[in-house]
Amino acid sequence: MPTVTEILETMDYGPAPEANGEVTGWLKERGSFGHYIDGTFTKAGKSFESVNPATGEVLAKVSQGTTADVAAAVKAARAAQPGWAKLPGHERAKWLYALARHVQKRERFLAVLETLDNGKPIRESRDIDVPLVARHFYHHAGWAEMLEEEFPGQGALGVCGQIIPWNFPLLMLAWKIAPALAAGNTVVLKPAEQTPLTALAFAEICAEVGLPKGVVNIVTGDGATGAALVEAEVDKIAFTGSTEIGRAIRKATAGRDMKLTLELGGKSPFVVFADADLDAAVEGVVDAIWFNQGQVCCAGSRILVAETVAGTFQKRLTARLAKLRVGDPLDKSTDVGAIVDATQLARIRDLVAQGEAQGATLHQAEVQLPAKGCFFAPGFFTNVAPANVVSEVEIFGPVATLTTFRTPDEAVELANNTRYGLAASIWSENISLALDIAAKVKAGVVWVNSTNVFDAGAGFGGYRESGFGREGGREGMRDYLSAPRPKAQPEAEAGRLDAAPHPGTPSKGAAPIDRTVKLYIGGAQKRPDSGYSYAVLAKGREIGLAGLGNRKDIRNAVEAAHAAKGWGKATGHNRAQVLYYLAENLSARAAEFAARLKEAGVPKPAEEVALSIRRAFYYAAQADKFDGAVHATKTANVTLAMPEPFGVMGIACPDAAPLLGFLSLALPAIAMGNAVVAIPAPSMPLAATDLYQVLDTSDLPGGTLNIVTGAKDELAKTLAQHDDVAAMWYCGSPEGRAMVETESTGNLKSTWCFPNRDWHGPDGQGREFLLRATQTKNIWVPYGE
Amino acid sequence: MRPEASLTNSDRNPGVSLQTDWFDQVAVNTQAAERRAATLTTRRTVKKAYQAAWLVNAIRCIDLTTLAGDDTVDRVRRLCAKAMRPLADPIMAGLGLDRLTTGAVCVYPTMVAAAAKALRGSGIPVASVATGFPAGLMPLDLRLAEIRFAVDQGADEIDIVITRAHVLDGNWTALYDEVAAMREACGAAHMKAILATGDLKTLRNVYKASMVAMQAGADFIKTSTGKEGVNATLPVSLVMVRALRDYGDRTGYKIGFKPAGGMKSAKDALAWQILMKEELGNDWLRPDLFRLGASSMLADIERQLDHHVTGRYAASFRHSLA
Repeated sequence: MPTVTEILETMDYGPAPEANGEVTGWLKERGSFGHYIDGTFTKAGKSFESVNPATGEVLAKVSQGTTADVAAAVKAARAAQPGWAKLPGHERAKWLYALARHVQKRERFLAVLETLDNGKPIRESRDIDVPLVARHFYHHAGWAEMLEEEFPGQGALGVCGQIIPWNFPLLMLAWKIAPALAAGNTVVLKPAEQTPLTALAFAEICAEVGLPKGVVNIVTGDGATGAALVEAEVDKIAFTGSTEIGRAIRKATAGRDMKLTLELGGKSPFVVFADADLDAAVEGVVDAIWFNQGQVCCAGSRILVAETVAGTFQKRLTARLAKLRVGDPLDKSTDVGAIVDATQLARIRDLVAQGEAQGATLHQAEVQLPAKGCFFAPGFFTNVAPANVVSEVEIFGPVATLTTFRTPDEAVELANNTRYGLAASIWSENISLALDIAAKVKAGVVWVNSTNVFDAGAGFGGYRESGFGREGGREGMRDYLSAPRPKAQPEAEAGRLDAAPHPGTPSKGAAPIDRTVKLYIGGAQKRPDSGYSYAVLAKGREIGLAGLGNRKDIRNAVEAAHAAKGWGKATGHNRAQVLYYLAENLSARAAEFAARLKEAGVPKPAEEVALSIRRAFYYAAQADKFDGAVHATKTANVTLAMPEPFGVMGIACPDAAPLLGFLSLALPAIAMGNAVVAIPAPSMPLAATDLYQVLDTSDLPGGTLNIVTGAKDELAKTLAQHDDVAAMWYCGSPEGRAMVETESTGNLKSTWCFPNRDWHGPDGQGREFLLRATQTKNIWVPYGE
Repeated sequence: MRPEASLTNSDRNPGVSLQTDWFDQVAVNTQAAERRAATLTTRRTVKKAYQAAWLVNAIRCIDLTTLAGDDTVDRVRRLCAKAMRPLADPIMAGLGLDRLTTGAVCVYPTMVAAAAKALRGSGIPVASVATGFPAGLMPLDLRLAEIRFAVDQGADEIDIVITRAHVLDGNWTALYDEVAAMREACGAAHMKAILATGDLKTLRNVYKASMVAMQAGADFIKTSTGKEGVNATLPVSLVMVRALRDYGDRTGYKIGFKPAGGMKSAKDALAWQILMKEELGNDWLRPDLFRLGASSMLADIERQLDHHVTGRYAASFRHSLA
């Protein structure tokens, strides 16, 4: 230790290590861990080591969960679930409160353990992770208490399988377990194999508070254990991790009729306008990409700066970078700790090297890295083209890209030039500009003049390939609840669509004028690309011909839907007016539509038309009323939860109720501002094609609702695979549902697949349709002079 | 250790002409400034010998102050004695130090002569407030005369107050002219410009007033008189040090910073030093560019250092009063 006089010359900070004796003592005493199943720890099985990435030291041995372990855990969770769900909300609230309290009482223990296992600086685990964990349990104790009142008629899903990543091990556990338990579910959670220790400590806390057995089960292991959990008999999978694994889980769960939420990767824009507080924005970068070693899914990893201030910004960013302290994560003055493991470190090194090889300039902090352990000096790239690998691929390390823009439009274009859509950060002192950009950016979380701000009271989750579902707040609770399932209604197979001429019997008397229906694309009738039509039959008799649409027609329809840009920006009132007008025009021709349905042999044709008109009224009514919320989060912060339309949606309709089923699906989607490509009932598309003139006369802008008739599953497959369709609904057969979920993985579109239901009854309309037609964007707006 | 007064300032800021375009578009986001200020001390800490050294450094930078209506010559003498011997001998020995003084002694103009006499030979500069401290609402010629009086009495440094109304009215020319005139009246004495940030309210006002004061030739910018409702705070200090950084970037001159008022604890002393080191660098941890305007802070620092040396928690009555 240098003398006071010597220190007075250097004015260094010196070492300030956090004591870790309590935690290392605990690890030593435990030595190796089994799984936590049915309220007890199993005997340790075949195990792997959990290593401190800062030192390479082995912390503990942890069991590799087998399929049998997972099955035992699911069985325990299954057995515990009815009793847990049956508890009054107040009782579950008491348990969650106890967990929150115990997390607080063990706050330093958990923080030190997290830092040892993960490598993140103690400042972060102590000041950010663990307090947020406690906050999450408190918040959800509240939801448990109020469940019946706030979510009337909703119930638990059952057993939830939860797979969490290594970047925020305990926090992600809290995000998963707290809402699940509040809603009456029981869980089987698999922590990441790199960082299982705080989950095991949490299991001990569950046992300490006396949580009923089987409610929380923790099975440790690697990806194989996770895959076994995905395959197990669970009612929901909640996953946070890479987009690649998210895709695999989407495929593995396809057709299983279970709830799935995915919180995946990101390449989030960090947009700095010329009128921003540049020092604030520079500090924002520190809290964005240099936070948690950049291993943050929502990290602002693409810095976009207005050209006029780029020089100043870069200079200040470089100066700030030089002040970062990289090293011992347990040191209280460390800003950047260790990368989670050698594999991740190698991946970061590789991507950064590729970025440089492709012409980008790397600016790195000139720091002395510790001799051992997984460390990487933080930095950023300049001269980085959008086509450079580091602009596109998530590095998941402490390295951002810095690009300039000229105008707000260009900033939005660059911000949205990504397959991800998790978060965005916008820096400007001009509130009009900031909110304009917040509205235009495709991301589930938008921070104005701030970044990486989290609270249990707000929803977190992504657009696009960053996944679907929300965690936190009311929207997060919804993903752990379900309304009673509508009773499935069987429907007849549409059969093969016959494109050959279908000879009937010669008619007597004068010929009626032939009615020709084509496809409806961009507000105009278009001939099907195939040049084929198929016979629409009623009781074996041909009642008309419909176009046999193909993949090119779908392509054209999607393009037309994208061209209908004005619809999503129209006010709710404007959209309501169009829907009311549609009801008015449909009503004027009610008899004609009823006759058509009758001709097709549809039961209760007059009622179906009357209900169709009523449905238009209902969604017109909702168009300007289904709105968002202001969440109670931080002091002096307006946190806006806004339901936004997906953009372009695909809808495959049931065969039953060919008019009502079609409108019951299309109307809520367009009421919320989406543009739709719909496949009407293949057996009776004429109910939908007759609507063309109604749509034309109702001021519905061209391209808002596009109709492609033909073979449902073939067309639905093209829609499900289409990378520029953001969401897809499919009502129909189990095979079709499985197909849509499987084929949707290309862009990880949000899907809603369900069997036919009674469209005449209460299941035919409601808020669920609107929730499914929107995604929630949370915009954080701090204020204060 | 060398006497603090011999730490020479870098080239003295001569000022520049008023340039409103250096500040009229400045953006300061209040919540972001508060967040940075709040995390400075959670990101950095000093322990053991380092903490002791940092506290000793704080003493080197303290303008040990008495600015009360009941100040007397004897009271000022007592203060000067403490400035020359801020720590008890056993603590000095325990720290391995042989010489330590505060950065300066700060008094009212009528007490300058007494202070100068008491401090003669110590190398400790005498600082005097002037210009109708604390409100500054006296005719300009009287305020300038007060500066000349204090300098004449032997003050090495003059802490002036600005007319807050000029900032609130956005009358930058009036503010510039006033401060420039004060600087001229100071002559060889270094001038610290007190912005009374608690009266200016917004952080943008704080930045603008800082920049005008530096353009008009201030050697130091100082937060507060200690008499406003809100005195030195970390967010305000953050904005001021960023302003002086920007001034340095444009002109090449280093400006000093002095937070004053409301800082009472050793913890405060560390927090402000962390701010200086993080935002500016080690140069601003020396008394020629950094002062802590405080009166009771020294007592708490002495208690902490006593604990560092003995391992026992200290009692104030065992330390000499200021």
